Amino acid sequence: MIILPAIRWGKDYESLEVEEISHFLTGEPVAKVHTVGAGIIRRDARQARRAREVLRELSPAELIEKCKHAGELFENGTLTVGDSQQSPTDFVAQQSATTGMPLSMCQANVTKNAFVLKNIDKILDALTRGLDLNILARGYGDEGRGVTVSYQAQTDVLGAVLPSNSPGVHTLWLPVIPLQIGLALKPGSQEPWTPYRVAAAMIAAGIPAEAFSLYPGPGAELGGAILASHRRSMIFGGPQTIEQYAGNPQVQVHGPGYSKILLGDDVVDDWPRYVDMMVDSVVRNGGRSCINCSSIYAARHTVEIADALAEKMGSINILPPDDPQACLAAFTTPNVAPAVWKSIEKFIESSAARHATANFGSRLVERETCDYLLPTVLECESPDSPAANVEYMFPLVSVVRCPQAEMIAHIGPTLVGTAITNDETFRRDLIACTHIDRLNLGPIPTPQVDWLQPHEGNLIEFLYRSRAMQLT
Amino acid sequence: MNPSAPASAAEIDQAREKLDAHTVETVAWHFHDSTGCPFWLEKKSKLKFDPLTEIHSFDDLKKFDPFEDEWLRGGPVDRWVPKGLAGKPVYVFETGGTTGIPKSRIAMEDFRTDYSLFSDTLPDKYFPRGSNWLMLGPSGPRRLRLAVEHLAQHRGGICFCIDLDPRWVIKLIKKGWMEHLEAYKKHCIEQAISILGAGHDVKCMFGTPKLIEALCLELEEQGTTLGEMGITGIFSGGTEFTPQWTKFCVEELFGGPPEQSGIYMTPTYGNTLMGLACSEPVTKDNGYKISYHAPQPRAVIEVVDFDDTDHLVEFGGTGRVKLTTLTQEFFVPGFLERDEGEREPPCEQYPWDGVSGVRPFSRLADSTTVGVY
Repeated sequence: MIILPAIRWGKDYESLEVEEISHFLTGEPVAKVHTVGAGIIRRDARQARRAREVLRELSPAELIEKCKHAGELFENGTLTVGDSQQSPTDFVAQQSATTGMPLSMCQANVTKNAFVLKNIDKILDALTRGLDLNILARGYGDEGRGVTVSYQAQTDVLGAVLPSNSPGVHTLWLPVIPLQIGLALKPGSQEPWTPYRVAAAMIAAGIPAEAFSLYPGPGAELGGAILASHRRSMIFGGPQTIEQYAGNPQVQVHGPGYSKILLGDDVVDDWPRYVDMMVDSVVRNGGRSCINCSSIYAARHTVEIADALAEKMGSINILPPDDPQACLAAFTTPNVAPAVWKSIEKFIESSAARHATANFGSRLVERETCDYLLPTVLECESPDSPAANVEYMFPLVSVVRCPQAEMIAHIGPTLVGTAITNDETFRRDLIACTHIDRLNLGPIPTPQVDWLQPHEGNLIEFLYRSRAMQLT
Repeated sequence: MNPSAPASAAEIDQAREKLDAHTVETVAWHFHDSTGCPFWLEKKSKLKFDPLTEIHSFDDLKKFDPFEDEWLRGGPVDRWVPKGLAGKPVYVFETGGTTGIPKSRIAMEDFRTDYSLFSDTLPDKYFPRGSNWLMLGPSGPRRLRLAVEHLAQHRGGICFCIDLDPRWVIKLIKKGWMEHLEAYKKHCIEQAISILGAGHDVKCMFGTPKLIEALCLELEEQGTTLGEMGITGIFSGGTEFTPQWTKFCVEELFGGPPEQSGIYMTPTYGNTLMGLACSEPVTKDNGYKISYHAPQPRAVIEVVDFDDTDHLVEFGGTGRVKLTTLTQEFFVPGFLERDEGEREPPCEQYPWDGVSGVRPFSRLADSTTVGVY
């Protein structure tokens, strides 16, 4: 068992409150996590300036090199994490044990996070649109056009309230350190592993430990303290969280993605060509991510599309977490899966949707220590169905019949929209549509994310303000 | 005397005899036609035993069904006033009430008696007689506001209070209006700092853990400390008063233990139904462990099995907190609190059972909003 202390600007803190997290199948304790209260976060926030100062003692180029090295260490190194030496194999096993995700998925997320660290220069280049990072570091400079540009950091530290559902989302805060901004993280209760290992890798690579704080503990209380204590924060949550922080310029909120695939009238008759891409979009990463497809819109053939998807997805079954073919994650919190299934059943019983996977056996599988929900396909006759735009933490997709001309009006907020069409007018309308965040034109699976593009808002614009500066 | 030292068998027996006698006397008072209150006299007619002849000890109170706090909702509130106390000025204190009808408890002198007894446990060095107090807690129809004011007066001081409506705070939390919650907390802290800086010689205070923390952090922000503002003695309470919070508070917010920082803080556990349970001294050496003992025989805390609430758990075992109130004003046999904890053995200072690690009852925790002010 590993002991994870809280970390307060690089220093381990032993709390008198220690939470044990256990293996989702065996119930065996995996980690003891030292939890803290909101007061500690608020008090530490008074020292946030120091976190930025220690990072500013290194140049962006030096920080980038160290981040790249950290990427290697994160992926392949044995690191001091808490009271233990953690190998890459230990990390994947621990993450799988407490999140219920198969080892293969955990490994895939390691690769994803390591990719971002190892390519941090390219990612920053893309996020800044080629801005010389020394201009951000110095506060001003000349881009070569003979005009002074000035950017001002809006915070010394980025606070982040992290989720437990998908270790892939950590890619969003990884570029913060080379921007010379510290991190105050509240790890997810079931997935403290990634933030602890990233911090350990960065510190081992030579990034000052004083730039990092990790505060495990009760979500709502600590989340509130982090958001109240730092001028820029990132939070992951459900629709309620999104609503709560919508329009708050200090908070970047990440919630359900309601990612979708839209089939244009010009290609929909060719739908069988895209079935594998659609299945991949729904099932990859256990269907747990906001970038997984949750709805497919088409003007016709929706019955056949739903049945074809059901044929492919209906027989996907639960495999042991160490099976390389395993692609479903367990629900480790009691009662969640039955409650989710109950809400889906309501759609089916009220005829809001047809259950296309009904003939493949019960979708809810209740086990002694965890539950599973098997891939589910719903078919909706109209975009007005309450089941048309829903998202859950497992592979579920609604195939929705909707005239092309009405699609944009009905899809609602869409994190990733993959549109397959060669209809130039439709493509223009899609490009102009403001409620699609990431637009894929062509048969690109929704989870296939190019990290050289901004995701859910540009981190640079969130952390730095472009302002006027005149010099004599 | 070492207050935390184990109590002797003789001390334990003596305390038990006193409790048994007090129980018989209190039951007799509440169920006698000339002195009892309408509520219990009416209940008496439905009991399968005669409380006047069949209650000989504290254990005999198990003959009563558990007290249901729902009985305290709604009127007429007079049904709780014992005939033997008719004509005395009556206070009503409320709990709950964020939505719907609050629970009410009548009182005449109980809150004063409870806090006078509590006063005897406070060290004069840190709670100097004659010094003034700040009450940084809920106002309105709460017992605490008047009780703390009495405590200050009992010790020869004057109590300053702030306005704080916990029902509004609960609404803010339930609505998710966290910015409003922050603003309201700030509003309360501003009131407190105004009083502390107004030259009133305030040395002692009551504060909830959240407000003490917020006050210290705000003072730190302003470049000062609670100690510099003149505070030497604090009492606080509730399930949020945990060992970890105490560690943080003492070591970081106060700047060390009392002998170093000059600030002494003692936890208490209580509610409108019970009196005030006091703690054994809380120190770094005992891991900031907090063990409460009720003001027996006026009130009794038991830690009982979650499913069989007539049975005590073993010492050190975890169970639900069960309260019994035995005063002339109010009789509450076996009320199951919304808290759980570990059963603690009697000690020299309190030769009867105690409870440590008090926290919201895990089976109800999801529906409980704690630490709201």
